[in-house]
Amino acid sequence: MNSPPEGGHYVRAVPGAAYLLAILIVVFAIFGSGFATVANVLNIGVQSSVLLLLALPMTLIIMSEGLDLSMSAVLSLAGVVLAWMLMNEHGLPAALAAAVGVGLAFGVANGILVVALGLPPFVATLGTLGVAQGLALVLTGGQSVVGIGDVLPAVYDSRPLGLPFSIWIALAAFLVFRFTLSKTRFGAYVSAIGGNREALVLAGVRANLHHLAVYALGGAMAGLAALLLTGRMSAGHPTAAIGMEFDAVAAVIVGGTSFERGKGRLGGTLIGVLTIGVVKNGLNVLAISSSLQVASIGVLVIVALVIDSMLQAVGARRRGRTLPA
Amino acid sequence: MKTIAYRLVAVALIGVALTLTTDVFLTPANLLNVLRQASLTFLIASGLTLTILTAGLDLSVGANVGLSACLAATVMKSTDSIALGVAAGLGVGALVGVVNGLMITLLKLPPFIATYGMLWTLNGVTYWFMGGDTIHGFSPGFRQLGSGYWLGVPVPIYVMAAFLVAGGIFTRYTTFGHEVYAIGANREAARLSGVPVRARLNLVYVLSGAMAGLAAIVYLARLNSAEADIGEPLTLPAIAAVLIGGTSLFGGAGSLSGTLAGALTLTLVVNGMNLLAVDANWQPLVTGVIVILAVWMDVMTRQRAEARV
Repeated sequence: MNSPPEGGHYVRAVPGAAYLLAILIVVFAIFGSGFATVANVLNIGVQSSVLLLLALPMTLIIMSEGLDLSMSAVLSLAGVVLAWMLMNEHGLPAALAAAVGVGLAFGVANGILVVALGLPPFVATLGTLGVAQGLALVLTGGQSVVGIGDVLPAVYDSRPLGLPFSIWIALAAFLVFRFTLSKTRFGAYVSAIGGNREALVLAGVRANLHHLAVYALGGAMAGLAALLLTGRMSAGHPTAAIGMEFDAVAAVIVGGTSFERGKGRLGGTLIGVLTIGVVKNGLNVLAISSSLQVASIGVLVIVALVIDSMLQAVGARRRGRTLPA
Repeated sequence: MKTIAYRLVAVALIGVALTLTTDVFLTPANLLNVLRQASLTFLIASGLTLTILTAGLDLSVGANVGLSACLAATVMKSTDSIALGVAAGLGVGALVGVVNGLMITLLKLPPFIATYGMLWTLNGVTYWFMGGDTIHGFSPGFRQLGSGYWLGVPVPIYVMAAFLVAGGIFTRYTTFGHEVYAIGANREAARLSGVPVRARLNLVYVLSGAMAGLAAIVYLARLNSAEADIGEPLTLPAIAAVLIGGTSLFGGAGSLSGTLAGALTLTLVVNGMNLLAVDANWQPLVTGVIVILAVWMDVMTRQRAEARV
């Protein structure tokens, strides 16, 4: 149980999304002056780091044939809590603990709704999205929470070994997730939940508990992401992250994780996150309005899905089989 | 029928509670206001109901209302023609439905992902198109559709009643309606018994889009102004209305009259909160809780039914 399930998938799947990313980088580097500079590349990394923190657990959730639409609303709420704690001078560790705690509570609630009560994930988490967003609005009266002191902004602006703080956090999170998914028992179970839950239960594994933990992890990661988001804005805002859950779902899909086959690709998700970062940044450099960037992510997802289904068809033909209709 | 009765009891209970706690609830003006609000939610939720009956979902209805309203407003302003504006709104709404349908039937994307992608794509296009502008001030003739009265009753209520009756006949007494339920109950069985599943699904999503377009027109006439974000708060209540109304997310069971009951319940709750001077920021929270409770009931009903078999 200690080896990654069907490890070959990682190797074969990553290039699909990677080619797309490479083409985009070349196009933007040619047509956008200022795109291919060290400062801008670091900028893309910083902008992508919050998204990666959401997209990593979203990969596990989608692998388990689920979805978490509440993630960005929970992130906004956790950001408000974090900022409020800092404003009242409770110190960064306590504030971070509170933010992760709030995220964890929502994650556990999502897990209970989906796993224990059996609600369809997309509507259950649409409900908790409303609850988290409502709570953030009620707590703040719709206003930003400012005056968070100097500690968090100083940490956020620090550059250990020349790399921005948020890139370190994102890298660390990626390595931890990668290790967890491929080298631990939990990772093996999570891979099996979406693919072959029955076998897991028959083997005496408490599948429900692990399934719930996947959602709990998603909430906690949204809480952690609040650290970076609040640091970047030097404030907490109740609707700061609206729509980011779509980017996270998009990154996971672009990265080649499938809703139906229980196969997750964290390397693919990283490439998906970077692709979205590059698209947004490149369109910025080309001075295309941010609202069209939102639309372009939607198109990107569809293109990725079409490429995915074409590759599958080609692969099936090569293996001399036809896809089931 | 029993489930409809439960829902009417819920509506009645909320009504009694509000009558006792507020002075203005039980006044003709407020009741008509509730009905008018509910009729807008119903128009958006009615097409959505059809998609959910087929075991699908259309998460893009709210964003579709936003884009359709903004385009209709622009066309109406620039051509001075109500007819062209209305045609633009309905046309865009239906076109969005065509794309949703093709994504689901041709590309075989799961409906919630296809329409969720559509939601954000439409939001982006609408914001880009409007560029932060507000379009307001339409001809009095057009505004009658949203804020006018006929025989003392707001016009949107007539629109709602017309679509409730037409939709009811459509879903209950036509082959198309039976096919919609059949696809939701068991898609494979429907296909094997000769239902053109893809064509019907395409039509259902087009209808959902067109109803969003129609709702956009009525909404525009009511608000007398269009902004890029007007559709955003409409998605969650529309889904809540369908689910409270007893239409099952698993497909094949539910009705448009249930959705009306759902829209009424939800509007009563919001109206009550307004009358009791509850901060409007509570609304997404309350709607979210209602959605969760409604889905939970749906799941429990289904599990009980399966246990009986």
